[in-house]
Amino acid sequence: MKNSLRRSYMITKLLTYFFLILGAVIMIFPFVWMILTSFKTVPESMQIPPDILPKQVNLDNFKEAIASLPFGNLYLNTILMVFFRVICAVLFSSMAGYAFAKLKFRGKKLLFGIVLVQMSLPSQIFIIPQYQMVAKMGMANTVFALVFPGLVSAFGVFFLRQTYMSIPDEVGEAAYLDGCNQWQTFYKIMFPLTGTSVAALTIFTAVFAYGDLMWPLVVNSDLKMMTLSSGLSTLRGQFTTNFPVLMAGSLLAMLPMVVLYLIFQRQFVEGIAGTGGK
Amino acid sequence: MNKKLSVAARREERWGWFMVAPTIIGLVVLNLWPFVQTLYSSFCEHLGFGHYSFIGVQNYKDMFGNTEFWKATWNTVYFCILTVPVGIALALLVALLLNARVRFKGGFRTIFFLPLVCAPAAIAMVWRWIFNTEYGILNQMIGGKIQWITDPKTAVLAVAIVSVWSSIGYDAVLLLAGLQNIPGTLYEASGLDGAGKIRQFFTITLPMVSPTLFSVLIMRLMASMKIYDLIYMMADETNPALTDMQSLMYLFYRSSFVAGDRGYGSAIVIWTVSLILLVTLVQFQGQKKWVTYDV
Repeated sequence: MKNSLRRSYMITKLLTYFFLILGAVIMIFPFVWMILTSFKTVPESMQIPPDILPKQVNLDNFKEAIASLPFGNLYLNTILMVFFRVICAVLFSSMAGYAFAKLKFRGKKLLFGIVLVQMSLPSQIFIIPQYQMVAKMGMANTVFALVFPGLVSAFGVFFLRQTYMSIPDEVGEAAYLDGCNQWQTFYKIMFPLTGTSVAALTIFTAVFAYGDLMWPLVVNSDLKMMTLSSGLSTLRGQFTTNFPVLMAGSLLAMLPMVVLYLIFQRQFVEGIAGTGGK
Repeated sequence: MNKKLSVAARREERWGWFMVAPTIIGLVVLNLWPFVQTLYSSFCEHLGFGHYSFIGVQNYKDMFGNTEFWKATWNTVYFCILTVPVGIALALLVALLLNARVRFKGGFRTIFFLPLVCAPAAIAMVWRWIFNTEYGILNQMIGGKIQWITDPKTAVLAVAIVSVWSSIGYDAVLLLAGLQNIPGTLYEASGLDGAGKIRQFFTITLPMVSPTLFSVLIMRLMASMKIYDLIYMMADETNPALTDMQSLMYLFYRSSFVAGDRGYGSAIVIWTVSLILLVTLVQFQGQKKWVTYDV
């Protein structure tokens, strides 16, 4: 009896590891294949049966990818877009989240209703008018255009409001009695308590902005003003079958976020999953 | 005393308005007004340079009479059918595996979550290579000549595979959090009653995790209904299977920004959003049958 229990325990354990490792291999394989292909020559990549490893580490594909895409601009545009979107999301959402959670004012329910409506509508429904606004301002093909729809974040407001609601009212009242006004209470006492949530919102905003494809494609058609995502998508037509160059380009476009992810794994996973958005 | 309080209350009110002002102004300008505009322009013809003239329901008539539109609607629904059940089932499996006592739990989680931080454009690129008919590793492994992304029969399936692959880690992490909230005492008690693992799964795990499962389902359905980026990357204008794989949001993009027909594009996006809201409502109705909120 004891033996058979032990055996069934071992079998469960083995099966668990088997499926986990199998899953991990399936998840990781495309990335490995991307890296390996990026070092191959075109004829090498077309071997049948395929050679797994490149014969030598040659960087020609990376050189060619950099020659066909202005990667310097793409990195810069992407970094600036992400930076400004994060600043706007954190600043404005913290303010509004605090007010909606802690302050009494007339019209609060109605105004929060606007936040909820925006959250429940897909962003594509706003794109044509948003594009027309940018065009009318003469701001197409600028970093401002890339940031534009992210100037405010309804999701950020919703998310941070919940964080502020979880802070006991006594904390704010104590600060108020010590002579802080509402603004000082907010930014000296309450805001510093929301570090984890602000980090989560930062990561979520950054990852979403970084991967977004439709808006940058629509608003910035000049190759020099594209983001890594939209710029990369133009390679597709240029090198239809030159996969080593395509893989090198994809790798270059992916690298910054993947490196950040590997450094801040826990924050990324908990941040993105914790926000429950996307 | 009363008057003093009202001064403080009035001050609080002013701070409240001041602090929500940037967000509210932003939302009105960037979202609320554009929403009204999109709704209005779906009844208009776009004359170019942002000028519109009212034409009634003509766009909707054109849309409902167009086979490409119905094909895109079906592709979107078909994509949901292919991705949502399988994706969530696999994510639940991964979550259960990660919830068991295993080593390197963090490492596995990191790997499964990796596609989330990669731009869909880059992900689509490597999968195009894997799916390549002549030299792609997939066909070489299975020894076939399947034209994954250019054959109308397999094109949506190919995109669905990539989509499931890239969202599994995210769903699994959410479900894992739900699993970890189940008190261990429940299993101990039912174990003493002689319930086996499989019975425990159906009588304890599934009901207890059903609220999380429901929110993952809603989120995944919404995301799948607006699928765009992967299809954009896999189906260029030269792909012979383009109309057989294009989703509603991709058709919206092509109509509005490639063909420049923004009135028609607006009608498509209004239709898509209505469809999403409808599906979500149906889900919220259906949840009463299977989601357990209090145990």
